[in-house]
Amino acid sequence: MSGIPHDHYEPKTGAEKWLNSRLPIVGLLYDTLMIPTPKNLNWMWIWGIVLTFCLALQIVTGIVLAMHYTPHVDLAFASIEHIMRNVNGGHFIRYLHMNGASLFFFAVYLHLFRGLYYGSYKAPREITWIVGMLIYLCMMGTAFMGYVLPWGQMSFWGATVITGLFGAIPFVGESIQTWLLGGPAVDNATLNRFFSLHYLLPFVIAALVAIHIWAFHTTGNNNPTGVDVRKTSKAEAEKDTVPFWPYFVIKDVFALAVILVVFFAIVGFMPNYLGHPDNYVEANALVTPAHIVPEWYFLPFYAILRAFTPDVWVVMLASWITGGIISAKFFGVLAMFGAIAVMALVPWLDTSSVRSGRYRPMFKWWFGLLCIDFIILMWCGAMPAEEPYSTISLIASAYWFAYFLVILPLLGVIEKPEATPETIEADFNAHYPKAETPAE
Amino acid sequence: MFKTLSIAAVAALTLSAGGALAAGSEGHTHDVDFSFEGPFGTFDQNQLQRGLQIYTEVCSACHGLRYVPIRTLGDHGGPQLPEDQVRAYAEQNFEVFDAELDDTRPARPTDHFPMSGLDNAPDLSLMAKGRAGFHGPYGTGMNQLFKGMGGPEYIVSILTGYTGEEKEEAGVTLYENTTFPGGWIAMAPPLFGEDVEFADGHSNELHHEAEDVAAFLMWTAEPKLMARKHAGLAGVIFLSVLSVLLYLTNKRIWAPIKGKKTS
Amino acid sequence: MSHAEDHEGTRRDFLYFATGSAGVVATGAAVWPLVNQMNPSADVQALSSIRVDVADVAPGTQLTVKWLGKPVFIRRRTEEEIAKANAVELSALPDDNARNKNLPAADDANGADANRTLAPFGEAEDTGEWLVMIGVCTHLGCVPLGEAGDFDGWFCPCHGSHYDTSGRIRKGPAPENLPVPLAEFVDESTIKLG
Repeated sequence: MSGIPHDHYEPKTGAEKWLNSRLPIVGLLYDTLMIPTPKNLNWMWIWGIVLTFCLALQIVTGIVLAMHYTPHVDLAFASIEHIMRNVNGGHFIRYLHMNGASLFFFAVYLHLFRGLYYGSYKAPREITWIVGMLIYLCMMGTAFMGYVLPWGQMSFWGATVITGLFGAIPFVGESIQTWLLGGPAVDNATLNRFFSLHYLLPFVIAALVAIHIWAFHTTGNNNPTGVDVRKTSKAEAEKDTVPFWPYFVIKDVFALAVILVVFFAIVGFMPNYLGHPDNYVEANALVTPAHIVPEWYFLPFYAILRAFTPDVWVVMLASWITGGIISAKFFGVLAMFGAIAVMALVPWLDTSSVRSGRYRPMFKWWFGLLCIDFIILMWCGAMPAEEPYSTISLIASAYWFAYFLVILPLLGVIEKPEATPETIEADFNAHYPKAETPAE
Repeated sequence: MFKTLSIAAVAALTLSAGGALAAGSEGHTHDVDFSFEGPFGTFDQNQLQRGLQIYTEVCSACHGLRYVPIRTLGDHGGPQLPEDQVRAYAEQNFEVFDAELDDTRPARPTDHFPMSGLDNAPDLSLMAKGRAGFHGPYGTGMNQLFKGMGGPEYIVSILTGYTGEEKEEAGVTLYENTTFPGGWIAMAPPLFGEDVEFADGHSNELHHEAEDVAAFLMWTAEPKLMARKHAGLAGVIFLSVLSVLLYLTNKRIWAPIKGKKTS
Repeated sequence: MSHAEDHEGTRRDFLYFATGSAGVVATGAAVWPLVNQMNPSADVQALSSIRVDVADVAPGTQLTVKWLGKPVFIRRRTEEEIAKANAVELSALPDDNARNKNLPAADDANGADANRTLAPFGEAEDTGEWLVMIGVCTHLGCVPLGEAGDFDGWFCPCHGSHYDTSGRIRKGPAPENLPVPLAEFVDESTIKLG
């Protein structure tokens, strides 16, 4: 499957041959597990395993919760309390699921920014990147709909506000919103369909993850140097790589265990820290909480959504050109989805011939600024929509788009990259000088 | 680069978590040192029993605890009343409507506490989790990280935060309260001190009463708090051990590749 | 040198073994709660024992209560019914077993009426007045009718099983006597089931 030459599974006994000629599943598993992996991968390459774990954790705890949960407006909130009070270990399983979503997004953001820094999106890994972005979109949908299920105040009003975004689409918006909600407002029909989709989407994600892995197993992993594994012969390839098992499996699982220590501390000692108190108040269509805030992982994009108010000149211009079809509200929605879209298009926006940011002196600074920008946006998203936060959001949003649409294309032209190592082996040996003399 | 990024990401997390709660003009909440705080904190049974008494004699006149089954008063980690006392408590204090009888009957331990008797009195089952007493500063979430969410502290502060001022608005009497958002609350001061007599002779000063009932409401909101902390601690300890073992295994496996000595 | 190598090999094996075992324990600890959550929850367990007020049950009448999703007959029998039940020869019983959960299983008590009745509260003598049974026909699970059938006990209309005044099967397809659940008087007028 992989483009890197390596040993393949050879059925030896009669039974193995029998199975292999009918269903080569052992060979598939062998190729997946023993795939040659660049041996210089650093600690930013652990998030894939963490994310796989998160997906499994959320699916398993989610299926358990679904056994006790009731998706009905009159019963949903009470059924959560039933889980918290009566079901054996239910309180812990629910807190795992709640905070598991946060761990999932924490890992996905680090995974994503790792890819942005080391140029993992560049040819030939565009499909891996695009599929990854699809996974991220599905995650957002799943998380959003899952947050509605407890039917607390924030569930209800979050659903109202976010589905309201679709209402901003010109001409057809209102019909789309009504179709999404199954009525004029968030109600039982909405809760029921969100439950159904919240259950379905993780399996879609699982399928996309399989494609994601398939894609980068075909191209081979990227690595901190961005230099390709030598593929001319097996002997050369083996100098650049080690098999995934046991080297990276053990390394990744070690990292996972450390992360889970922190995760269990959060679940055990402060499980509601990342949540919102208002969600322990049952949904009430007549009373809006003072301040509606999405979960932390949506905040950067929420800030972009709110940044484009009617008094911003870009918004006025867009509105004037389109004769008012693009209202400020719709502009905000476009900006929010656009912020994700520019990320998805980055394989074609980055013009640099060098893959890894490690050898791009100017890029490093702009990338660092992008990371800070992301955090500032996150902070703005949590603050009330008033000065000075509105102006800060606007500047931060502008930088987000500028980075992808202007800076990246220009950098490729004006930047003088540093020399990259000849091979992965050379890079590895520079870190571990003794490695040149192979051990017995 | 990525070390800094990871640290920044953690910082961002605390930032936004706190920021999410940084809303509006909030009243003042003072910190209380509850026995159930911290990783090893446990509920004080006597305090929970006193809080139950205050709830029963004062709060229950208007406020319900609809999500709390009465039987849980006997649960481990709660007020832990003996079984016969739970039964007697249910029978003596509450009447419930039984659909099978099509009539009311004295409550049984398997029934829940009643709902609020007064329309605008919120249910108290989850009050200690449904309010956050601490915020910020500047949306950094640091206060909540170090002091906790502050739900029980909010309740204590509300109960002790009356200034004695009153005003009438649209026919409703409002009472000035230094903790309540907006500063004016519709609930008349429920506790004045010496409202109840405790069998164990514990002080019934206002702030003691307020703390006792807040602790009780923390228990109604999070009855599995102690079990959760135990499980969390077990997880942390076990995973730490596993991490050390995996660290050593990882080092050992990689040693030949990295050209280091193998032992 | 080979000695040193052996030593090192053992240490390495031990490390791998310890890590592997810890991993297995972690997995096991994760699986158990997932299994246990499907066991009856606390609210269901709390209903496994209920108290029934029998102060209003007069001799010759019966109270039917729902317990664990099934009907339970609580009958206060008349002198005549008790005498009738006691007059039956044990050899005439198709099922000569007490079917009484309150008796130790090892006893293998016979189907005598005295082995099926519920003793009143405290030291009072068991006159055989109280009979508590799960009202589910042992044939196919219908609910038998009271004061009916050839033996003036219970009669199951589904397939014609006749039970006597002690709830023992006498005629028809049912294989066993109506079972007596765990029950006791906790005061003069309250029966605790379960």
